[in-house]
Amino acid sequence: MTNQMITAQGLTKTFRSKGQTVEAVRSLDLTVGEGELVAFLGPNGAGKSTTLRMLTTLLPPTSGDAVVAGCDVRRDPAGVRRRIGYVGQGSSGGHTQRVRDELHAQGAFYGIGRRETRTRAAELIESLELGQVANRTVQSLSGGQKRRLDIALGLIHRPELLFLDEPSTGLDPHSRANLWQHIVELRRATGTTIFLTTHYLDEADRLAERVMVMDHGSVIADDTAWALKGSLAGDRVTLTFENATDASAAAARLGGEIGGAEGASAHVVNITAPGGDLALPRYILELAELGIEVAAATHRQPTLDDVFLALTGRSLRDEAAHAEPALVG
Amino acid sequence: MTTTTTRPTGFVRDTAAVFVRESKPLVRDPFSVMFSLVQPLVFLGLFGPLLIGAAGGDVAGTLQWFVPGILVMVALFGTASTGANLLFEMQTGSHERTLVAPLSRSALLVGRALKEVVPLVIQGTIVVVVAVPFGFAVDVAGLILGLAILAVFGIGFGALSYTLALSCRNRDWMFWMVHQTLLFPLMILSGMLLPLDDGPDWMKVAAAVNPLSYLVGAERALLAGDFADPAVIGGAIAAVVTCAIGVLVGVRAMRRAS
Repeated sequence: MTNQMITAQGLTKTFRSKGQTVEAVRSLDLTVGEGELVAFLGPNGAGKSTTLRMLTTLLPPTSGDAVVAGCDVRRDPAGVRRRIGYVGQGSSGGHTQRVRDELHAQGAFYGIGRRETRTRAAELIESLELGQVANRTVQSLSGGQKRRLDIALGLIHRPELLFLDEPSTGLDPHSRANLWQHIVELRRATGTTIFLTTHYLDEADRLAERVMVMDHGSVIADDTAWALKGSLAGDRVTLTFENATDASAAAARLGGEIGGAEGASAHVVNITAPGGDLALPRYILELAELGIEVAAATHRQPTLDDVFLALTGRSLRDEAAHAEPALVG
Repeated sequence: MTTTTTRPTGFVRDTAAVFVRESKPLVRDPFSVMFSLVQPLVFLGLFGPLLIGAAGGDVAGTLQWFVPGILVMVALFGTASTGANLLFEMQTGSHERTLVAPLSRSALLVGRALKEVVPLVIQGTIVVVVAVPFGFAVDVAGLILGLAILAVFGIGFGALSYTLALSCRNRDWMFWMVHQTLLFPLMILSGMLLPLDDGPDWMKVAAAVNPLSYLVGAERALLAGDFADPAVIGGAIAAVVTCAIGVLVGVRAMRRAS
């Protein structure tokens, strides 16, 4: 049986803002097993970061309990802090500090002996490719280099559990890919449990073993990305017709939705179907029997955005695009 | 999985770790100490000659009165703005990292505040060294004790600056508004630039509750080697009280930080 690295029950956080009570996290229950890589998805303001801040002892919960790495976040916050690594949304290195100095200071913060800290810092500098910039100040680093330093700072004490809050937000695609390659390799080598928040759906889909979807302070789905996509979204089948009349008849017959009210999109029918690759030829034959000819047909696997859309009626991708901060890798 | 040995941390060790981290930029780039020394040197170089002319006394005698005030100014300017560093680290995420580390919150404040001592002592010494060729006579033992009193004050005033930063969070304008609003009245109402003897009564009352007034008096006595002057005790008490209030308020603010 897998040991639980995080268990939370009824975790709630409310804030007072301008005379009103805002419930940022509502009675959250969650578990994360040892060695898992779990992605916490949701739009800005969903409560992801507040949850993370409670689990990392940065914020006291209003109610509910959480045990992180074997320590209660309320009764033994120091125990939690000793066992976890945390990489927040911002840049963790002091801007006037040198990279190597910051790693040495971080080792001292965790009570690691001087010699061991130096050895560990050297390992991390090498594995995260920071050797070229080790003696430079943090303010002179690129966005990608700063993020790799953040990861190194979070790992100096070899934590059992690493929290990553939006680790790749704002990085350019190359820096993102590079950062994830490092995280995946480090995890492979150490078996560290990783709990991360992100609004990059492709990252969660590709890298996480389990995905939790959060909206309005509550977890609304929790499963593997594959299972979520299969059970909640289904495959996307798109059929295009010569005219809107055929499209309308096909939609009525197959239970699909017309792509739009007028213009070319009125000729398009979208259908959500489990096993869409098998359904597509069947649809074409069925419509041919009615004398309706399909002009074009496509089929695609669902994405986590489709899952979010199915659950909330909103697109996570659109919300993420609007909330994108400007940081260049 | 390989594990790293982490010892339980304690206040003294945590304070030392924070102190070392905060002092590193100064060690790596010693010239950064000159940044907050510019203003006191400007006062020494530009205001000093005016004061000598206005007082009508000899250069050495005027410097004997003026330089101790400049030392207090060094302590004031250097420590008053140090909260800006914390403010910046709060906004970038660096401070959050230290809050998640298993460090005593008190150590996070005290370690930072203690760091103020190093640049303060270096800067004070530079000011004295600059003034000596112009006839300023310094009692070395008095200078050492004077710098020690200023260091105690600097720890407290630095802690207050950090407290202000913790309260302002992401509102830089508020930090600088409070900083600017307090800095010059504190300086003028201490008598470090001009004597307050001929000022209105309300100014004398304000100066009586200004800890810097007592520090200026103590520094003038100590740098002249007059250890028996009651002003020395007054300055020492003002420094200790400022330090105690600053650290207490600062530790409380740091414990609440999230």
